[in-house]
Amino acid sequence: MESESLSESLKDKKQQRILMGNEAMARGLIEAGVSLAASYPGTPASEILQAVPGLAQEAAVALHAEWSVNEKVAYETALANSMCGRRAAVSMKQVGLNVASDPFMRSAYLGVKGGLVVISADDPGPHSSQTEQDSRFFAMFAKIPVLDPSSPREAKAMVGQALRLSEKYEIPVMLRPTTRVCHARQNVPLFEPQRLERTAHFQKNPGRWCATPQYLRELHRLLNQKIAEIALEEEFFPVLTPGDDSFPGVCLIASGVALAHTWDLLEEMALLRRVDLYQVTMPYPLHRDFISHIKCHYQRVLVLEETYPVIEMQLAGDQVQGRGTKTVPGEGELTPAVLRQVLERFLNLPPAASTAPPAGEATRPTLCAGCAHRAAFYAIRETFPEGLFPSDIGCYTLGLNLGAVDTCHCMGAGISQAAGFYRAFAAAGEKVPAIVATIGDSTFFHAGVPALINAVFHQARFILVILDNATTAMTGQQPTPEKGLTAGGGQAHPVLLADLVKACGAGFLREADPYDVPGFVSLLQEADRYCRSADGGVAVIIAKHPCILDREARKAQPAWEICVTEDCTGCRHCLDDFECPALSLDEATYQVVIDRGRCIGCGVCVHVCPVGAIKAQVKE
Amino acid sequence: MKQQIIISGLGGQGALTLTRLLAEAAAALGCEVLTSETHGMAQRGGTVISMIKVGPFRGPLIPPGRADVGLFLALKNLAVHRLYLKSDAPVFVNSPVPGDFQNIDAQGLARQVGAAVAANLILLGFAAARRGLFCGVELLEGLIKEKLPPRFRETNLQAFRLGVAAAG
Repeated sequence: MESESLSESLKDKKQQRILMGNEAMARGLIEAGVSLAASYPGTPASEILQAVPGLAQEAAVALHAEWSVNEKVAYETALANSMCGRRAAVSMKQVGLNVASDPFMRSAYLGVKGGLVVISADDPGPHSSQTEQDSRFFAMFAKIPVLDPSSPREAKAMVGQALRLSEKYEIPVMLRPTTRVCHARQNVPLFEPQRLERTAHFQKNPGRWCATPQYLRELHRLLNQKIAEIALEEEFFPVLTPGDDSFPGVCLIASGVALAHTWDLLEEMALLRRVDLYQVTMPYPLHRDFISHIKCHYQRVLVLEETYPVIEMQLAGDQVQGRGTKTVPGEGELTPAVLRQVLERFLNLPPAASTAPPAGEATRPTLCAGCAHRAAFYAIRETFPEGLFPSDIGCYTLGLNLGAVDTCHCMGAGISQAAGFYRAFAAAGEKVPAIVATIGDSTFFHAGVPALINAVFHQARFILVILDNATTAMTGQQPTPEKGLTAGGGQAHPVLLADLVKACGAGFLREADPYDVPGFVSLLQEADRYCRSADGGVAVIIAKHPCILDREARKAQPAWEICVTEDCTGCRHCLDDFECPALSLDEATYQVVIDRGRCIGCGVCVHVCPVGAIKAQVKE
Repeated sequence: MKQQIIISGLGGQGALTLTRLLAEAAAALGCEVLTSETHGMAQRGGTVISMIKVGPFRGPLIPPGRADVGLFLALKNLAVHRLYLKSDAPVFVNSPVPGDFQNIDAQGLARQVGAAVAANLILLGFAAARRGLFCGVELLEGLIKEKLPPRFRETNLQAFRLGVAAAG
């Protein structure tokens, strides 16, 4: 993909820009004439849609960009736009595709009209995910083609390729970047946006768009035919960088960022252009002639790919090694350090002397100083020391540092799990512990609502604390439906959490600011009494306090001057059970000290000190 | 030209800002550039690392023992990330305490000028003035003016120049 024209265009500084991989893909959407982009935030994919409104405005392109309530909704919204003949995009992290899997699978059979690119960002490692699953396998499962970029520059170019392929075969096409592409920055060439000016036109065709089972066998046959034809597309025949016969009968096959790392390593090892190296740009369907070419020409083949053996499985043969044969570790990210060892073993080279000393322990992340989640978790754990705490996905997963998060599974699971825990104890005839589920506001909108309806309807008894910080904090402050703001910052129609909870049928609903720890504790006790009363059920508390990373919100709240008096006994309660990063123990005096650079003066720790040694004063 | 740089810190210390500035500096010099950053959960005060590769590279990661220079915003990260550096690589560390590296009390200086969040730019100015980086002080100063948010421009420039002055 490193064409002459690309190098030419890079010489002109005006035509290039430093873009993060996610921004590069967003720019690719604009350049390819996409008219609708939908997403739900999730690392490492969040910055794709985040960048779309600004880039569209800059290029004077009319486009609808939305943070949908979840990935399934995003997928279906984008799909319908494509069914009207207009280009569409949906982006998400890899586990978001699990949520969108229902429309994803069927869209392979029914197909699309306007190009539809499905960007599913994988997270080998994983760095910020609950699995390191491979979306390319999902594409193969669905019989949907998938492209695998090795750099931001390629990721952008592949957006256009994916949309053209999608339109040619009327099939969704997946673009699968990984964390190292999403969060890499590179100088990327910019091209003039395509202005497609297509009208919206929906051609009714019930046999296709509402395909009942009688039509699906034929649609499946058509899908098989499409995939067979796509597997012969010349554009996606793997790119060979030939060797010089130093390694006869041997080749390396790599895709995604593993190709990029391998390239740099071979250069460092003075092996570049000495061994045949193929870059696979479309891992599924793997080019049919490539498969036979490899089988004919090579006796030893090494496949380097993240994270599952997708290419390796399609090449299947005794000469093929990779993750499946354990030549490459079966799990984890393929970092340069891992790949170097694999290459040395496979090419029978002496291992390089290891100069790297063992790495020290990394610092674990923690809730920000002044975060209202900390106040809520502290109150929950203090009120119910023997409680059971199912939780969910977001910043507040860090509540596990405070001993107030016992489970974290997938979006919305905390509420269903709370109901399941209640059932387990109640049905076993055992004393039911206080069960307190926590979930963020955005996660509640995403997948918590059906779980709450189910729990209320089946008369489960637990406390649900919705941690409402008025934003999707972890992924970079995207607006929730309650905020009433679009992705581009325009006005939208707000949907209120309290209205939703009431409509779900919860019999107990209170709102409170967890900064008031004593008030929040008595509210939790009241909720517990409701759960255990004769006609009790699910008690919902909306813990309302804005994310302190929101500059306006933070300015609006009082900032106290916090000090620690001589009464501090060094008991460590505030350090171990409250874990504010602005508090630490002075080893010399064995008393707690405040880090002025980090303390935002929220004053919550005043409620935490058992001897009242932490004081808040009005700032001079 | 080829240079591989690591920037190590804790979430919130501004490693990403330095990464962006150095990437822009490379582009301004007409070089190819690739960077890698830490996003997500670790940004909440956890250990983060950025890598910047200037020159004809294809991958965004630096293998252990190959980085030409290191900028450490947190002293304790030396134990975690020093392994990426060549044995003779210059190491610039935000630390009031000296050691087997070039130290500057960027945090202390930043507090003195009432800009605790600008310690990152103090460290950058220090490293650039000590000629540890592929780009010079003037180019970086121009990019701070051009690429960082205008409302922090004066604070950022003040911080950067403090670092330059401290390089002696």
